[in-house]
Amino acid sequence: MADPGKPSRRDLFKGAALAGVAASGGAAAQAQPAPVRREALETLSATEADILDAFCARLIPSDETGPGAREARAAHYIDRSLAGALASSREAYRNGLGGLDVRARAMKGRAFAALADADQDQVLMALEKDDPAFFSLVRGHTLQGMFGDPYYGGNAGFVGWDMIGYPGIRLGVGQAQQAFEPHLTKVRMSAYDFPMFDRSGARIAEINPAPVDHQHMASGMGDPEHDR
Amino acid sequence: MTVRLKPTDVVIVGLGAAGGVAALPLARAGLDVIGLEAGEWLTPADFAPDEIRNNYRGWPQSVQKANQEVPTHRRNASAPYSPRPTVAPMMNAVGGTSVHYWAQSWRLNPWDFKVVSETTRRYGAGRIPTGSTVEDWPLTLEELEPYYDKVEYEVGVSGKAGNIGGRIDPAGNIFEGPRAREYPMPALHGTEFTQMMADAAKGLGLHAFPGPAAINSVAREGRAGCMYHGWCDRGGCHVSAKSSTNVSTIPKALATKRLRVTTGANVISIDVGKDGRVAGVTYLKGGETYVQPAAAVILASYVYENVRLLLLSKSRQFPKGLANNHGQVGRHYMSHAQFDGVTALFPEDINNWYGLPAQGVGVDNWADDNFDHAGRDFIGGTNMYVYSNRRPIAAASMGTFGKTARNWGSDWKKFVSTNADRTNTAYLQKTTLPYDQNVLDLDPVVKDPLGQPVIRITADYQDNEKRIGAFAQDKMIEWFKAAGAIAMDKSPVGTMGPTTHAYGGARMGDNPETNVVDRWGFCHEVHNLAIVGGSVMGTSGSRNPTLTAQALAWRTAQHLAENWKSRTA
Repeated sequence: MADPGKPSRRDLFKGAALAGVAASGGAAAQAQPAPVRREALETLSATEADILDAFCARLIPSDETGPGAREARAAHYIDRSLAGALASSREAYRNGLGGLDVRARAMKGRAFAALADADQDQVLMALEKDDPAFFSLVRGHTLQGMFGDPYYGGNAGFVGWDMIGYPGIRLGVGQAQQAFEPHLTKVRMSAYDFPMFDRSGARIAEINPAPVDHQHMASGMGDPEHDR
Repeated sequence: MTVRLKPTDVVIVGLGAAGGVAALPLARAGLDVIGLEAGEWLTPADFAPDEIRNNYRGWPQSVQKANQEVPTHRRNASAPYSPRPTVAPMMNAVGGTSVHYWAQSWRLNPWDFKVVSETTRRYGAGRIPTGSTVEDWPLTLEELEPYYDKVEYEVGVSGKAGNIGGRIDPAGNIFEGPRAREYPMPALHGTEFTQMMADAAKGLGLHAFPGPAAINSVAREGRAGCMYHGWCDRGGCHVSAKSSTNVSTIPKALATKRLRVTTGANVISIDVGKDGRVAGVTYLKGGETYVQPAAAVILASYVYENVRLLLLSKSRQFPKGLANNHGQVGRHYMSHAQFDGVTALFPEDINNWYGLPAQGVGVDNWADDNFDHAGRDFIGGTNMYVYSNRRPIAAASMGTFGKTARNWGSDWKKFVSTNADRTNTAYLQKTTLPYDQNVLDLDPVVKDPLGQPVIRITADYQDNEKRIGAFAQDKMIEWFKAAGAIAMDKSPVGTMGPTTHAYGGARMGDNPETNVVDRWGFCHEVHNLAIVGGSVMGTSGSRNPTLTAQALAWRTAQHLAENWKSRTA
């Protein structure tokens, strides 16, 4: 299990916490983006990871609203997931990210990751029009990496939950806590920080091929929230 | 090698919402019951509040049988295949999909049992939609009432009665049929949001009431009351407050020592003896093939798998599949029109972060035949239902009501940051009727890993369903507006792909020419083989199917126990 050449999961989480702290620096952090240390990649090449990170960062930018997908480490979430649960999308990412770079060079003369924000946006708008399947695949996974449980390597520093004002996981909720103004303190814990939940369950979810990647789910699955 | 097991009294194929209920009256009657379940036991430690695992990755730690048999779909016999979902909506586990269902536990409306006769009486026979194969049920709500009652008390359902023996109580659903007594537990409590919606309904002259739920609202029978923590939708209950059959009727049946549960059992055929009666079932487990002889078999997998097993179980006596000499297996298929909902945007946060789908407020004024259809161009209607439930990824996946140019970038992010807790999607379940052209059969091309064909759904919503849908959305928009919504989005009806609300394929009725099972749930052609679940329901109603499937399952099992000699002779 232990691989001395790789940072441990704990180290990665430390890195995530640091990135989160830097990101929460607000305006100062935005003016001078904190350098995020290159992290261990599990699936993507360094070039692919750079393209993907730039892609995610344009989907949910770091801006005056607060930290975005880069600080949440959404690309890290995707890289890790592609090694296990989302392995069936590995080829789509390989082809799609390579294709995005080709598109960027054709449209703007430079690699996608090296383009200015506005140019990246133009390239992504073209991608969204021409290859909506790949675009929505990345968008869906980016949302998972920004707003999902941090156990899976995204939502670092809980920046996603802060962005939408999610008060956090509670195992019991009283009637007063469901009032319009519940005055809740934020809970910032992963589901697996609660002792009762079997971490092996999440580990299985992480490494086994997922029976579903919800991005591909057709309508009619009994879950109107997702089917819209 | 095939292992031939010792004969037993009853084999139940599938221990889910329906099979898990059927086991109890049989075991209590002293019959030896073997429950064959493809999945395994799951425990509260498995039920982490983890949106990625539960809602986006489809429970990868559960047994993946159903997911390898996902039905294909086409809208009609000449249409191409629809995109095939990569996952079945149903779960393999002891307790089946009742492990992670929403647990809304409705009784059908009295009208649902006699759509043909009541429509004809009130509006004329011409109002039955062209091509519909709908029939009156062979039983009425009054006949099913004792079994609804039984299941509400044995499974554990919370709610507020609206009609006890004809006495109307406006605190409950005034449109429900008469019931013998109050629910065993009070309704789940509401929220400030559901109260706001209830008040708005009242202002429109509508009748709002708390929805019934197979969830403990208070501690009962050794299980805790609901924690309202917000992870009920596709999540199992971490305190076993949800009355999934793996924590309710199945443990009760096990306590009699008459039920034996075999997990990891993949039933591949239902076997027929020389006399044309069912002799038992054959299943795979751990690389071995087992034959389990039984005096009676109850098929309780799911609508799709029930039909598939029947059609795959061919014999000299049943060359077109078991109990299918009249060609009715797979016919009269329905799935709920439930996706053309309405999503509202409110001007302030509504704190939907916690709660559960079953913590909601319903309106039945436009459901079933509760209103005059004389001036309408459809029959049936919609249950309108609003609830408190929100998870972070789903919240961030919200639409933007046309207020941002794109669904990404800074404008989108700003909109979502502000409005993530300001939307609510109403759940509109609508009457769906059976039609001649809406059927299940075996797919000629697509196979499961064992090389057996999967189910092919050929079905689409017809004019009656689409008209109800448009009507329902208009009514829902009125309700949301009255509650102060500032923008609304309508979602499209979609089509009839694989769903948790599937019905038919082995319809119950007195006429063997048009129905697979008789009024007790036993096959007309094979009188020691019963079928339970949504498979036997001849109408969908405009509300969740599970409680009706469970009441019918109890009734079928009790009938078997009480008529053991004649059914197994």
